[in-house]
Amino acid sequence: MSGSTPIPARSRHTKSLRPRLKTVGWTAAGILITGFMLFPLYWIVNLSFMNQMEILQTPPPFIPPNPTLDAYRNALSTAGGYIQSSFIYALGTVVVTMLVATPAAYALATFRARIGSLLLFSLILAQMAPGFVIANSLYSAFSSLGLLNSYQAVILADSTIAVPFAIIIMRAFMIGIPGELSEAAKVDGAGQLRIFRSIYVPLSRTALITASLFSFLFGWGDFLFALILNNNPDHVPITVGIYRFIGFSSVQWPSIMATAVIAVIPAAFLVAIAQRYVAAGITAGALKE
Amino acid sequence: MTRVVETGAAAKAAAPVSHQPRRLRRWRRERIVGLLFLLPALVYVLAFYVYPIAFNFLMSLEKYTLKTFVTGEAPFIGLDNFKRLVNNPEFWPAVTNTVWFTVGSLFFQFTLGLLIALFYQHKFPLNSILRALILVPWLAPVLVSGAIWVRLFDQDTGVINFAIHSLGYQGQISWLTDPHLSLISVLIANIWIGIPFNMVILYGGLQAIPRVLYEAASIDGASAWQGFRYITWPLLRPVSTVVLLLGLVYTLKVFDVIMSITRGGPANTSQTLNTWAYSLGFTNGFDFGLGAAAGDILLVVVFAFGMLYLRYAYRENRETAS
Repeated sequence: MSGSTPIPARSRHTKSLRPRLKTVGWTAAGILITGFMLFPLYWIVNLSFMNQMEILQTPPPFIPPNPTLDAYRNALSTAGGYIQSSFIYALGTVVVTMLVATPAAYALATFRARIGSLLLFSLILAQMAPGFVIANSLYSAFSSLGLLNSYQAVILADSTIAVPFAIIIMRAFMIGIPGELSEAAKVDGAGQLRIFRSIYVPLSRTALITASLFSFLFGWGDFLFALILNNNPDHVPITVGIYRFIGFSSVQWPSIMATAVIAVIPAAFLVAIAQRYVAAGITAGALKE
Repeated sequence: MTRVVETGAAAKAAAPVSHQPRRLRRWRRERIVGLLFLLPALVYVLAFYVYPIAFNFLMSLEKYTLKTFVTGEAPFIGLDNFKRLVNNPEFWPAVTNTVWFTVGSLFFQFTLGLLIALFYQHKFPLNSILRALILVPWLAPVLVSGAIWVRLFDQDTGVINFAIHSLGYQGQISWLTDPHLSLISVLIANIWIGIPFNMVILYGGLQAIPRVLYEAASIDGASAWQGFRYITWPLLRPVSTVVLLLGLVYTLKVFDVIMSITRGGPANTSQTLNTWAYSLGFTNGFDFGLGAAAGDILLVVVFAFGMLYLRYAYRENRETAS
């Protein structure tokens, strides 16, 4: 993914300064473009190290004049519960999604049943359904089941964002695993479960990691389902927490900004450690059918 | 490993000759096992997509209010909810807002995403890191991105007004409270969120175009613009179509950005069908049937474009396969 097509190394022959100046110019422009796109993120990091007075200056300083961690301390004490709930939702989404999606991806990749393509089509279509439509009916369904305000309710709903995506990318990956491997295992007496566990799961590690990472982010970033399906103040995730904060008239901006920074960290972390999975995931999710 | 593979291939070659009935039996058993692997997903799809969508449709035909949760009664009222919906003075503004929001988002996300993707076609140091970093805004929780923009748009202390100020404009722009600007504000934030998605996919599409074509064109004296117009643009079309169709589907149902920045206000001026549906059901009046009806209308539109996407993507795949 890192590679672009190699361009003939002209600069190596002609050791002149001009081509090198040109690449420096490109890099500078690249920093400018990416910097412009990331400025809003820089801005909240910047504000998160200030106090309320500094934030409400016109305009606020571009670098914290007296950097302080007070906002983070506040955020952890007021939003600590939100962060914990978000973790529970995110991890729960990963578990539910992978349990449902991994065997399905295997089946769709190896058995060419008619019901398989039907399932695939309905999954792609289903993930396009507006979350509100799902949440609106799940609200009354969970209400009659007594599941409203429980972690499970939100986790099950959050997984609707992740399951289709996970199935699609894992299936696309598993199709690439040569069928001879399982043929050979069958000859040696392995059953389907064994082939799934000992060949397909370990060989599709990359796709499994990508799917899990994205499921985590989907669960972590969900707002709509938690907003509608949960009224329990102890189960409020970070997204809904920030939403409620902004609604107050006396907004404590430093701690909101610190909470926002904390909420962005998993995404940034993911790009840092799993860059190639991320780009591959986005492309596979969009283009492979 | 190689040994095992070889025996496998041998077994495969030998199989058609003998053991027909046993193979058939095995094939049947495999089908059943295969269905067992699909079972969790099938149950999940039925419980969490098919059922909610069907039930939402049923709700839109019923008088489904808070009272329903107490008494359990939801009288069937036919298309009443839809009639009330269309006659509601907030309906058409919500529809036009949705259209403008979607068209504006798609146009700018695509154009800017394409420009950035074209830029990153050049080889230079730090290229891949800078390109990867652009993804962070897209992976961040959308609600949080919205919260950031609330700060940037702030009338008195926001950076955007400060920047406009330093360019010489003296007035204070009320991005979030001016009814004429609220939709533009959420649109700007949404464009920012969507650029990385467009950029990544278009970048992949651009990478797939053979370099040789450009080299040949430049030998024939084609300009950079002609290269774009006659090579890049036509060859990128399948990818562009996919990005735009997916973008269309996802933009139609944007919820978090609007909720975090304006909550549809002021006075519903930034309300789209999706946020309006939510407000009908869960904040104003608790008329779940009415909200369901608004959700249904959105659903039909989304599915129509979704089918278009499926048909297109499916056809593309078949063409590339053959």
